[in-house]
Amino acid sequence: MSTAATARPGFLAIELDGAGWDGAGSGTLAAAVLAVESAGFHVATFKDAPEAGRANALQRAAFAGPVTRSIALVPEVDTVYTEPFHVSTQLASLDYVSGGRAGWIATATESPAAAAAVGRRSVTGEGLAKEASAAIEVSRRLWDSWEDDAVIRDVATGRYIDVDKLHYVDFTAPEEAGPGYSIKGPSIIPRPLQGQLPVIAPLGLLGSGLVDDAAVDAVLVTAPTPELLTAEVRDARSRLRTGVAIIAELDVVLDSRGLAAADRPAPADSGRALFTGSAAGLAALLAPILAVADGVRLHPASFDVELDELSRVVLPELRRSGALRAPLQDATFRDLLGLDRPASRYADAAATAIAAAE
Amino acid sequence: MTSHSSAKSDPTVFAPSGTLQFGIFFQGVNSGTIWKAAESGSQTDFESFRRLVQTAERGLFAAFFLGEGLRLREHLGRPHALDVVGRPDAQTALAALAAVTTNIGLVATQNTTYNDPADLAHRLASLDLISGGRAAWNIVTTDNAWTGANFRRGGYLDHADRYKHAEAFVETAKRIWDSWETPAGPARHVRHEGQHYTVDVTPRLPRSAQYRPVLFQAGDSPEGRDFAARQADVIFSAHPKLEKAIEFRTDLVARTLAAGRPANAVQIMPASEFILAATDQEAQAKKEWVRSLQIGPQQALAYLEQFWGRELSGYDPDGPLPEIDPVVEETSETRGSGFHGAKARQLADQWRAEAKDKGLSIRQFVSAKTSRMDATFTGSYSAVADHLAEFARVGAVDGFNISPWLIPTGLDDIVNHLVPELQERGVYPTEYRGTTLRENLGLATPVRSGDAVTAAGPVRHA
Repeated sequence: MSTAATARPGFLAIELDGAGWDGAGSGTLAAAVLAVESAGFHVATFKDAPEAGRANALQRAAFAGPVTRSIALVPEVDTVYTEPFHVSTQLASLDYVSGGRAGWIATATESPAAAAAVGRRSVTGEGLAKEASAAIEVSRRLWDSWEDDAVIRDVATGRYIDVDKLHYVDFTAPEEAGPGYSIKGPSIIPRPLQGQLPVIAPLGLLGSGLVDDAAVDAVLVTAPTPELLTAEVRDARSRLRTGVAIIAELDVVLDSRGLAAADRPAPADSGRALFTGSAAGLAALLAPILAVADGVRLHPASFDVELDELSRVVLPELRRSGALRAPLQDATFRDLLGLDRPASRYADAAATAIAAAE
Repeated sequence: MTSHSSAKSDPTVFAPSGTLQFGIFFQGVNSGTIWKAAESGSQTDFESFRRLVQTAERGLFAAFFLGEGLRLREHLGRPHALDVVGRPDAQTALAALAAVTTNIGLVATQNTTYNDPADLAHRLASLDLISGGRAAWNIVTTDNAWTGANFRRGGYLDHADRYKHAEAFVETAKRIWDSWETPAGPARHVRHEGQHYTVDVTPRLPRSAQYRPVLFQAGDSPEGRDFAARQADVIFSAHPKLEKAIEFRTDLVARTLAAGRPANAVQIMPASEFILAATDQEAQAKKEWVRSLQIGPQQALAYLEQFWGRELSGYDPDGPLPEIDPVVEETSETRGSGFHGAKARQLADQWRAEAKDKGLSIRQFVSAKTSRMDATFTGSYSAVADHLAEFARVGAVDGFNISPWLIPTGLDDIVNHLVPELQERGVYPTEYRGTTLRENLGLATPVRSGDAVTAAGPVRHA
């Protein structure tokens, strides 16, 4: 299991921030995602904050699919003001265009502006996590709603699909935050290549009556300072079910291009731990964190500037010391997280038992 | 481009461009796609999409269309099993295809009823930026509650209100795309308070290289045509035969002028199918093969079952139409829009008489009904090219939106053989005019609307 007190080396994710949205658009995005893949990052994430100039995160991840070979592509997608049926279909589609390298950072953020844009009442407090919980559950059901072998192409009987292997999901969301809703299914796209996309949530959305830890494959963990990250990771691990991967979050400003990190503009306070210093210092900080966490996600202060140092010094040093695993070739995001490909929840229980016995 | 200059000289007179453009419509759910042949490939693997779009781009196609249906079609209360089904989200697939193409337009069919205007406008603007100005929206207006069962807001829209609703939606989207004052911002606030929804948003994205996504529309009713005449850049019509196409052009030009737009403002690309070979005789033989694989015995019975509302599996597909009567009054929407609302009993009587008259079996009758006869061009490459050149000469259409009957090789014949014949006749592009869809279609750049220029914009009621 990936997430046991973790013998195996960790992985590194990087937030691409706004790369690709700036009008030059696709060229910048392709260059950025290729650069992080060749630097040896295992995961690229795409932020979907409502900032001017930022194109849709899921589409940027989809664009990156055919451009890359091994890196996992993981967009943030809001769960509160989106249509769960569309989100499920879009994420399943991302898995197809990336060859099984897709994941989902499920977000739920208080935002009166996002509510007004779609003419809904602003959701606050625990309502946010409840919306996230419902959206994750319905996406997972829809991903399972076509069994793996539903497309049969049986010429003799003239059937393209076996309708016994398609399932209504009949999901009803509780009326916690809004008017509630129900979704019939089945999905309009076959089961994703990975069966289920790995779902990642910020740790703050988890809890009793909120997002259940059984609903997620990984959590994002933050701390006030880099030194406290290891303790936060251990604490999260002790509270979550075995099998949930822990990804530590870290902002970084590095000495680079002749400028000391301390002399560079400090990034806006993100609420995450911030490392300021040399590339060698960052490698020394990350090694013990990667020994307790499954992975670390870096948020560079300036993508181009930090990437120079990360690819030249930090990643090679971590690989040399054995703290960082080699990139996986031809692997899915589930493989990276050490997760098996699950059977559909709707698959015939008897058939599953037979298959297991064989 | 003499025609363009003459159109400019008198915007109230339609001027044929003298050329044709092709689009490809990868429907993903339909009975026209053959899945039973050895050459039939995957409907969902990305490689099928890549292969098709790159073939289309090699053939200088203007656009690659993806279809959308937000609920699986059903047959007698269960998902319909006999046709290809299961397709990706259009915009997600197109964003990926943007990475492997450089000129072709990327058209997403998207519904106005089960999307929020601010969200859909944002995602379309994203696709437009990511693709460097190649995105388009094929506007559809499904209203039924049956589809709504997959959404937060179920069936809230009356059929009669669908175009009114769609128009308010599209106008709101246009205001969102108009909202950035300069490519660097700032954005104007957009508010819309209507009968069906409220939008209050500060748009996030600048205009693209083609200003905003190109708008396609496919409705053929008088309301649909007027809607296109007011709002769309291209109409995806149902009239590909020459005489009907000319009538349709005349009608659409009149509606476009009545809407206060220039005669050439709305282009026409009918849905079509091509069955081609080196000789007419070979093409006819190929057509027999295509039809036999499109409508097998099971599909023929299932087609009738949709209207009869009952199982007909005891009937011989090679025998006459069932003598028993339908058990439903009206066919429902569950099979897709083409079936919706037909008066079943009346139709059954009519069909039985028609089949008896022509001596057709169930299979032959259904094949004739469903074969898109009007939309199919069958013949040798040169004969079909001669025929299409006539469309270009009289300006009956601006191009054709082609549904391939094989995935992913269904465009090979067209690109390898028909396109060169059309180029020789001077009626098909020999290169892409530009890198945006708007440039390649020869569409004018929109003029920024006054509404958006007004700070905060007026609150509109629809």
